Amino acid sequence: MHPILARRERLVIYLLVWVVIGVLLEALLMTAGHTGWLETLSLVAPLCVIYALFCLAAWYPVAAIPIEGMDVVPRALVAHLTAALLLSIVWTALGAGLAYLLGQARYFSGFYTRFRAQVPLLLGAGVLLYLLSVVLHYALVAFEASRQAEKREDEARVLARDAELKALKAQVNPHFLFNSLNSISALTSVDPSRAREMCILLSEFLRTTLGLGEKAAIPLEEELSLIRSFLAVEKVRFGARLCVEEAIAPECLSLFVPPLLLQPLVENAVGHGIGNLLEGGVIRLEARIEGDRLVIVVANSYDPDSVRSHRNGLGLANVRNRIQMRYGSIGALHVRTADDRFEVEIAIPAETEAL
Amino acid sequence: MSSPENRLRAIVVDDEELARHALRELLRAHPEIEVIAECANGFEAVKAVSEMAPDLLFLDIQMPKLDGFEVLELLNPGPAVIFVTAYDQYAMRAFEVHAVDYLLKPVSASRLATAIRQAHDRIGKPLPPALELASAARPPSEYLERLAVRDGTRVHIIPIAKLDYAEAQDDYVALHSGGKQFLKQQTISSLESALDPARFVRIHRSYLVNLERVVKIEPYTKDSRVVVLTDGAQLPVSRAGYTRLQDLLEGKG
Repeated sequence: MHPILARRERLVIYLLVWVVIGVLLEALLMTAGHTGWLETLSLVAPLCVIYALFCLAAWYPVAAIPIEGMDVVPRALVAHLTAALLLSIVWTALGAGLAYLLGQARYFSGFYTRFRAQVPLLLGAGVLLYLLSVVLHYALVAFEASRQAEKREDEARVLARDAELKALKAQVNPHFLFNSLNSISALTSVDPSRAREMCILLSEFLRTTLGLGEKAAIPLEEELSLIRSFLAVEKVRFGARLCVEEAIAPECLSLFVPPLLLQPLVENAVGHGIGNLLEGGVIRLEARIEGDRLVIVVANSYDPDSVRSHRNGLGLANVRNRIQMRYGSIGALHVRTADDRFEVEIAIPAETEAL
Repeated sequence: MSSPENRLRAIVVDDEELARHALRELLRAHPEIEVIAECANGFEAVKAVSEMAPDLLFLDIQMPKLDGFEVLELLNPGPAVIFVTAYDQYAMRAFEVHAVDYLLKPVSASRLATAIRQAHDRIGKPLPPALELASAARPPSEYLERLAVRDGTRVHIIPIAKLDYAEAQDDYVALHSGGKQFLKQQTISSLESALDPARFVRIHRSYLVNLERVVKIEPYTKDSRVVVLTDGAQLPVSRAGYTRLQDLLEGKG
């Protein structure tokens, strides 16, 4: 696509520039050849229209010889200079023809003779204008290329985020889902109202999980409410084996975190922690502000002998990657184990708005 | 084919109370099944089975410390087993391959009826091969992480990291861990194939050793060697075992 012709606003600007060039050329020729303003204008106006079109054609050699390294520069110079000279000669010849025709008119008689003094000037202007146009086209090409690269980068980023969120959605653990359905099925006869309550909790959890997909960041409060509905469902399954403690500093609630950042950690805490303990245990959620950072801790009881709980499950690796990708070196995730306590600590910038 | 009057004594094993409840309730439609016990974990299950000798076991797979496969492994000979699981793609594939009966949670009444009909025919027949089943149900590239050993009605769990070495003794392996010895009915080759080959080396026809326990290799006779372990134990090394050991130690850098 021609970078000027393809865009109406650029074409308008280009033509306005040519009006200015026309005025300058008029002044130049009048001074140099001592010609009258009207005869000069009658020559300059059609010449400018013609050369404006000629200069647009610079796009084709520019597109054909992209400057991709210093080794093409000589070739490009030769090509463009040749084109400039040829076009300028053609242009000046056209000018001469026009001047001759104008000279035939009684009003402009002798114009052709006066014009001949201006030939070198017109030739020089022709070469110069064409070369300027070449430079302009190269600049436009470079501009377009950088814009496209930027666009591609943006698209890649959007795609990466999409893929990530799709992966997260797929992560809704089928084991959790079917076990919950089984609990509901058991409750329908024992305690129908609790069965209904659990259906609602489970629906809330699923709806929120699916809905978070479009967001880049959510307030911690929303993430916590998702986790609470998850834990409420798990509590029905595990009964007294699952205890939950919270120590959330209220000023953290409005800070923004990537959606579903904590959920996989809590899921691990239940599955690999509490699920491996005969008597169950405690899951503790903490959040506080330390300086300009938000520190979140997910801790749980675990069985040190059960290797499965040591293993950095897929969920943990995923969370680590997301923090790395989003915050780089200012984000951190630490795993600590002590006796029968497994702890994941996340430190991320305390963001007060969704970036 | 047994008649419906032929009562079956069954035990329900699941770590979730609601899941046990749901199954019990469904079993009410089958008067020929008498639920004689409920167990909340694998240890209770092993104990209950050996004390009560039921005909049928409904066995959940995902349970803490001792999962359904490990329970099955410790119950030979034992009752007919119907596995129950919520979702486990590898386990389900393993069941299909070994034609083992299983139910998916939430359990449907008709599926349960079919399973019970088939269970009648299974009683008294040998149990499915627990070890093969367990290894088929493990996700690919994952290795055994603990060993379950039965001692009467008691069950010992040996985390793999605490296993020093294993020694073949006829149809059994003697597992040595922290100076104690546990006998398990398994061949040493089958144990070897279930363990991470980067951590355990077969140094001899009869010995499988935890690489982390090896302190040094010493010449023994003119063309045989022994490894010395951290606790001072010495184990014979065969020529092939020596090659394998060297490969691993060099590979570790």
